[in-house]
Amino acid sequence: MNQAGFPLLSLLTFLPLAGVVVLFFLRGDEESVARAARWTALWTSLIVFVLSLVLWFDFDKSFAGFQFQEVMSWLPQYGVSYRMGVDGISVLFVLISTALTPIAILSAWKQGGARAREYMIAFLVLETTMIGIFSALDFMLFFVFFEAVLIPMFVIIGVWGGERRRYAAIKFFLFMFAGSMLMLLGLIALWVHDGTTSIPDMLRMPLPPHMQFWLFLAFFAAFAVKIPIWPVHTWLIDAHNEAPIAGSVLLAGVLANMGGYGFLRFSVALLPQASQYFAPFMFTLAVVAIIYTSIAALVQRDLLKFCAYSSVGHMAIAVVGIFTFSVQGIEGSLFRMLSHGFITAALFICVGVLMDRTRSQSMDGFGGLARNMPFYALLFMIFAMGTVGLPGTAGFIGEILVIVAALKVNFWLSLLTGTTLILSAIYTLVMYRKVIFGGLERPELKVLADIGPREIVMLVPLVILTIWMGIYPSSFSTFFDATANAMAQAHTVALAGTPAHLASAAGTLAPSSVPAGGAN
Amino acid sequence: MNWLIALPELALSLCGLAIMMAGVFAPKKHAFQLSSMLSLGALLGVGGLVLVSPTGLGFGGLFIADAFSRFAQLLILAGAGLAIILSLDFNEREEGLARFEFPILILFASSGMMIMVGATNLMTLYLGLELQSLALYVVAAFARDSLKSSEAGLKYFVLGSLASGILLYGMTLTYGFSGSTDFIHIARALVTSTPSVGLVIGMVFVLVGIVFKIAAVPFHMWSPDVYEGAPTSVTALFGSAPKVAAMAMLIRVMAWPFGHLFVQWQLLIEIIAIASLILGALAPLVQTNIKRLMAYSSIGHVGYALMGLAAGNGNGISAMLVYLATYIFMTLGAFGIIIAMRRQGRSVEKITDLAGLGRHHPGLAIAMTIFMLSMAGVPPLSGFFGKLYVFLAAIQSGLWLLAVIGVITSVIGAYYYLRIVKLMYFDAPEAAFDHPAPSLSFVVALTGAVTLLFILVAGPVTTAAQAAAMALLG
Repeated sequence: MNQAGFPLLSLLTFLPLAGVVVLFFLRGDEESVARAARWTALWTSLIVFVLSLVLWFDFDKSFAGFQFQEVMSWLPQYGVSYRMGVDGISVLFVLISTALTPIAILSAWKQGGARAREYMIAFLVLETTMIGIFSALDFMLFFVFFEAVLIPMFVIIGVWGGERRRYAAIKFFLFMFAGSMLMLLGLIALWVHDGTTSIPDMLRMPLPPHMQFWLFLAFFAAFAVKIPIWPVHTWLIDAHNEAPIAGSVLLAGVLANMGGYGFLRFSVALLPQASQYFAPFMFTLAVVAIIYTSIAALVQRDLLKFCAYSSVGHMAIAVVGIFTFSVQGIEGSLFRMLSHGFITAALFICVGVLMDRTRSQSMDGFGGLARNMPFYALLFMIFAMGTVGLPGTAGFIGEILVIVAALKVNFWLSLLTGTTLILSAIYTLVMYRKVIFGGLERPELKVLADIGPREIVMLVPLVILTIWMGIYPSSFSTFFDATANAMAQAHTVALAGTPAHLASAAGTLAPSSVPAGGAN
Repeated sequence: MNWLIALPELALSLCGLAIMMAGVFAPKKHAFQLSSMLSLGALLGVGGLVLVSPTGLGFGGLFIADAFSRFAQLLILAGAGLAIILSLDFNEREEGLARFEFPILILFASSGMMIMVGATNLMTLYLGLELQSLALYVVAAFARDSLKSSEAGLKYFVLGSLASGILLYGMTLTYGFSGSTDFIHIARALVTSTPSVGLVIGMVFVLVGIVFKIAAVPFHMWSPDVYEGAPTSVTALFGSAPKVAAMAMLIRVMAWPFGHLFVQWQLLIEIIAIASLILGALAPLVQTNIKRLMAYSSIGHVGYALMGLAAGNGNGISAMLVYLATYIFMTLGAFGIIIAMRRQGRSVEKITDLAGLGRHHPGLAIAMTIFMLSMAGVPPLSGFFGKLYVFLAAIQSGLWLLAVIGVITSVIGAYYYLRIVKLMYFDAPEAAFDHPAPSLSFVVALTGAVTLLFILVAGPVTTAAQAAAMALLG
């Protein structure tokens, strides 16, 4: 295992805030402040990204536990500490957060107008909370970041979004907040039971099954909304439709992964019996989501809504993988989440390229773009193939692993999950044909320029990732092999025999009431 | 007899008298500013005295200075001080408010509040409460030419007297059935035997009297009217220091003399808390006046804080203290912004007047966002920790219903707090406000920083609150 000599994760987490401080002190006229703000934010996020590469190179892949740990006292009276660390599950999520932030900032380059500085501040604060979520090893710290993420996202959608941004921003916030507050109740119950919120310590303390049942529901409320799963996905459609493209990139690329990460880290690892019990329920929701969103995506005329629905469908596959509790399933869902992270982000950027040029987001308004935007059409095709899950792209690995894992659980589950291979191909190709092929008839489309250098810089790294992950997946899977194995094993062990002392402890969900505080 | 334990209270009262003399003889033009500055100095000095003065029970068991009273007294002094700073500019601009008596009345009210939290005898408690109330009745009606202010003062006076009467009646019953007004003896009388009906009734009346003062449902009716009618600088004071004092007094009375009646009062507190939570979540949805909104929101906050008392353990009490500590700073900050709502020299109070604040006064808008999100309980802001601790205490005591209702009401509450954020940033701007005075910006910046950075000092504050709770419970 790996102990960094210096607090790398804290540095990564809080470095963007240093950028925020710099942004606050920018002075000058509007134009120069905006320019300086963009460059400062970009450089900050790039430095964070380069620093985060230390994780990529120094991470001990053979070790299943937590690495780069840091512990500091925070609320010692309550057994809450400031504890950071990553393991095989979270390390790549940290990296995808640091990688997508500069891309998101680039995609926001021309937006923000008079308030470009505030826009960049929101992105840097968002980066802090994203990295914090994936590296927090204390449930309370995790919760603080998990909730704090709402503030910058709320502002990004609400201030810089589309026509109905106010509605979408408030809906986003309230859905998330309601889910998180329910999780808070579960978290407090867990805290009262264990006396600590340190995740490594909590993993060692089995919980009575009766308690697990309620905790699962509480955590489900938060993570199902975040990921999001049918039927609580409606906020996402509105959010994506109204958010600026840069917001959508992070919403799809990172925020959705927080839900999947939460399910893995908390529901599966801490509540094995309840997870097993609820697995059919989760499968049902996920399968409904896969089929429903595919059909919904097929009939969309709006490109942003199309991407949003396909995003929900893809995350549902990750949910299936998580709740098979097998190594393939967990690895498949991690692949699915990571690849969804940058492929969906790339699709949003592609849509953003069109919106920048035409102010239109309706498929019907386009057609024949392959003629005057050939390079764009090529990149767009690679990402579309990634969405379809074509072998050789990142999307394929995750889907096939999950489908194989599902086959071991239940034939029908596997079959229904597998429909995604066909359905996503249908809806994606229909969309691609409408936008890119056909006659270039409209005069306003004929003058569109192919993508420029800024857009190439954003999209090419994502193309490389899509193909790299599809052709040579083991450079990613080695990161989580050990942890996924350990998780699957721990799950089997936990189910093998519920120890007697747990069975007897069942039913003590709440500790008995403490008598009067009186008497002096 | 060790009169040193009451040194801070004595010093504050004497300072009040001295400043009054100074105010009388000072030139009329500068009297208000002079007495305000002197009062601030007095509050600061007394704050230092609170930290260094000896602790212990004194005056023949009438009065105590302990970690609990210190914690509450420091909050009271901070609240009073910030309220005076908020009034510096506001009272100058409004007609007839810049009189030197204003800060002096606040000083007397503060010494009353300090006596309330240190009282260990029903009589001391009543004296402290009345000293506080009388001073506050006057400041509520301080804008004597304004119909609304006079109405607020009168309403506050009539209903406050009613509450005092109820409280006094409860005290006489308690005295009659326990044979003493000393907290120690009342507690002792309750240890020995099953509590007599008379004592229980006495306890209920005392409880009702105090609940009137903290404006919890169903004894809250006066508070929205008084909040709206009183001059805004006075409303800011009402929302902060007196709430802390009455809450601290409630904690001490319930935990100490009536501690053995826990079973009897726990249900009452639970019902009051639930009713306050629900009203505090629903009533603000239909408000159009921002001061009324703050009144209802504070009713909700009282509900959350009472969850800690209902839990009835040390964690619950320290949770309440942390809640109150975070609450007064965000409330005073929010009132700072409400005081800044002023166009062409006239105060505006409609919620929709905040539209476009993000465009014209980005600093104020950021601060207001911090206060609103903190009140909604969004981490990493301070309000989250208060909520977290009271939920923790409630769940530790198995009060699941209370915790679940608290969660639901905080989601509903989040909606109206967000609505204000939405107005400031997303809606079409109205005309800009007048430029806020430096004193106002100072308070807003200070309370904003406290609210934002509380997460860094959460550990030490919690330790202090726990020490306070331990001092109370022994």
